[in-house]
Amino acid sequence: MSYIPHTQEDIQEMLSAIGAKSIDELFKDIPASLAPKSFNLPASKSEFVVTQILRKLAAKNATGLVNFVGAGFYDHFIPASVDAIAGRSEFYTAYTPYQPECSQGWLQAIYEYQSIICQLTGLDVSNASLYDGGTALFEAMMMAVRATGRNKIILDSGVNLIYRTMLYTYTSNLSVEFVEIPVVHGQSSREELFKHLDDKCAAVILQNPNFFGAVDDHSDIVEKVHKSGALAIASVYPVSLGMLKTPGEMGFDIATGEGQSLGIPLSFGGPYLGFMAVKNELVRQMPGRIVGSTVDSDGKRGFVLTLQTREQHIRRQKATSNICSNEALCALRAAVFVSLLGKDGLKELAQHNYQKAEFAKEELSRIKGVEVKRSSPTFNEFTVLLPRHGDEVVHRMIEKGFACGFPLGRFYKGMDNYLLVAVTEKRTKEEICRLADSLEAVL
Amino acid sequence: MKLIFEKHKEGRRGFSYGECDVASPKPLAEKYIRKNQAHLASLSELDVVRHFTNLSRFNYSVDTNFYPLGSCTMKYNPKFCEQITSLEGFSQLHPLLPQLSGGGMLAQGSLEVLYESEKLLCEITGMHAFTMQPMAGAHGELTGVMLIAAYHKNKGGRRKYIIVPDSSHGTNPSSAAIAGYEVIVIPTASDGYMDLVEYKKHLNNETAAVMLTCPDTLGIFNPHIKEIADLAHKVGALMYYDGANLNAMLGKCRPGDIGFDVVHLNLHKTFATPHGGGGPGAGPVGVNEKLIEFLPISRVVRRSDGTFALDYQKQKSIGYIAPFYGNFGVILKAYAYMLVLGKDGLISAAEIAVLNANYCLAKLKKYYDLPFDKTCMHECVFSAARQAKNGVHAIDIAKYLIDQGFHPPTIYFPLIIKEALMIEPTETESKETIDAFIKVMIEIARLAEEDPSAVTNAPLKMPIKRLDEVRAARQPDLSWKP
Repeated sequence: MSYIPHTQEDIQEMLSAIGAKSIDELFKDIPASLAPKSFNLPASKSEFVVTQILRKLAAKNATGLVNFVGAGFYDHFIPASVDAIAGRSEFYTAYTPYQPECSQGWLQAIYEYQSIICQLTGLDVSNASLYDGGTALFEAMMMAVRATGRNKIILDSGVNLIYRTMLYTYTSNLSVEFVEIPVVHGQSSREELFKHLDDKCAAVILQNPNFFGAVDDHSDIVEKVHKSGALAIASVYPVSLGMLKTPGEMGFDIATGEGQSLGIPLSFGGPYLGFMAVKNELVRQMPGRIVGSTVDSDGKRGFVLTLQTREQHIRRQKATSNICSNEALCALRAAVFVSLLGKDGLKELAQHNYQKAEFAKEELSRIKGVEVKRSSPTFNEFTVLLPRHGDEVVHRMIEKGFACGFPLGRFYKGMDNYLLVAVTEKRTKEEICRLADSLEAVL
Repeated sequence: MKLIFEKHKEGRRGFSYGECDVASPKPLAEKYIRKNQAHLASLSELDVVRHFTNLSRFNYSVDTNFYPLGSCTMKYNPKFCEQITSLEGFSQLHPLLPQLSGGGMLAQGSLEVLYESEKLLCEITGMHAFTMQPMAGAHGELTGVMLIAAYHKNKGGRRKYIIVPDSSHGTNPSSAAIAGYEVIVIPTASDGYMDLVEYKKHLNNETAAVMLTCPDTLGIFNPHIKEIADLAHKVGALMYYDGANLNAMLGKCRPGDIGFDVVHLNLHKTFATPHGGGGPGAGPVGVNEKLIEFLPISRVVRRSDGTFALDYQKQKSIGYIAPFYGNFGVILKAYAYMLVLGKDGLISAAEIAVLNANYCLAKLKKYYDLPFDKTCMHECVFSAARQAKNGVHAIDIAKYLIDQGFHPPTIYFPLIIKEALMIEPTETESKETIDAFIKVMIEIARLAEEDPSAVTNAPLKMPIKRLDEVRAARQPDLSWKP
């Protein structure tokens, strides 16, 4: 099956219109010496057979575990209407809305998405989305380097290690200097951070809640960062913004984050949604597509891709970023998800997450030998000190039917006995109590 | 249409999480709490569904319209691929599970999909290994250029330049610049191919790589491609293949056999995953033996017992370029597509894509200027220079096509062609559809001679007329304000 509608008759008619005797003749520019040395692929299979194969593979994945693993990627409930809208092929089989007159649906949806991101983050302008939270953070960092003409980055180690590692990869051939500020499963260390803040500093990058789940008010840091002439960048978890002080309220210049928690399935790591919002004055430094509102020749409101002179298809090697596409369909999911919830729903979602995580803390701290770290307040994720190696405990808990958390020893030296536990609104009281019972039993 | 915010009614709810089944704890200290509430619309579920369903109808899409957008390969996206990604076993899998001790066994199905997809892509392109991690074509380019940098660094020298032809996609020079290279642009010669004399002049032992699209962005297979690759290799430079146009090559020619060292593919083009209104795509990168050791962390490996695992122990790897294993949901659709098409289906895809493009070329070349009159591959590039003399520009042709129910071709690209119209019909479009499109294109050529304003006034049948793009850029209104 190749989804080709041509009959033999069609092919003959078309060849004769072209003036060619055979299809092979159309490939005459490829020299015989460049014919494939091999093209040893399996034979075609029917849709039914392929579906069976993939169903079997899906069944080999153990998604039946009760999930307490987060670490930046969360198991939230997705209302059916999100799938229904994202499943409309008028949306998903379109491309980037280059032609506004026949793409108003997409353009308006993205404009609404941008507005929602501004509302969530408390910042002025959002782009049409980026690949994921990590690449969005890299783009934010590069914006700061461009905007300040400086190249030193202060990176709080409360920022997800995966993202920090990505920043190092992307800057390996650029002259960017990093200073990492240590965190011990709590809030950002002001003292350490301020020591490094000087007039060479392009940006300070913080995360809230940080990787250990710790909630912070970074306003004091942002104020000092601005005094040094640097930009403040926040990596944030959007669901938490139903409750927590926004990057805008703390004075951050740029907020980025992973939008997966807004109605996008975990799907083994992607596709996800990188979001970015900035203060007005940085808009022309922003990477990626941006949709703007304007009017048509009758004065009627309409939407277009705008400020394109920043972009690679016009500026080529001088562009603000090499990014061409965005993650539009994921941005649409986020827009539908947040619109369904509304401000009350978003607050409720944040509250349930907070409430259940606090309950889990109580339950887990009852276990002998388990210590729930309480040096900072947390949102829906927290660290637990175990009496034995985290890897070992996680392994045993899998056998009990739980993905009980993420062992911090994987990412942080000296934290072998620590576990990072995430509790979303999907976890029931009963599941949390069973988690505690099972943990007690395996220790 | 009203914005969703303009439909707000205080007190309405579209979704509720119900009673929380645990007691209310002590709230967070006031200083951590947001003061200004997000202004989001309060709507019923039906309000939201109707709003977005209506928005979906104000779009052209492959499922509703012919979409010959050159360089984007807007082929049909099989529905069963969508269904497969929604299987819970795939959609609900947390990416960190295989990184837990004993967790690898929890993700065997997905790891197998990644492993097998890599193998198929290797065979299709003639490369030795793939990373599925890059999340889009441009992301693949950046990854590829970083691999090139790592290769040269490992050899003890950091080279300075990357060569691109002036017909290249904007992402090529941009990706090279972001990875820290200076870009050298080689002009296109009068025969439509990259100027070989200029190329040789600029190629030296400071050249890190040459980035090419093949067939090139004019839709033409460059017969000197092997010579270009051999010359690059002679000075120690690497060859980079932009896979945007791979659809024409399936089973006909493999970049690896030509001598390309790094390739990126666009799964959303050649392998029929939906473009999603501008993403998510996927841009896997393939390499030959020279570059395997530099591929990003992690690699999916098959153990001797037949199970799959993730390998993080790569000394020379460029590191993490994505948080996990790429846009898995997209890769899964491409894998399903490759299995259904199989060897013969993939070859037919290339053949009929090329047939369709040449048919457009043959039928329209009397009416539009053809800058390079050669047999094309999967797309043909015309110039509306003749029509422009009468005031009918490429953009006007695009708007008139919209009124007739066709998504326009890519316009004004490649930049080297004045008034470019880049038509890529793809193999899944029937002769009838293409004939209808050709008929309108011929009609436009006639109107350009006889009644230009009939074209330049378009579109007239859309919900809006032409938009004031200057105003959009000068007085940016980028978000709704309460």
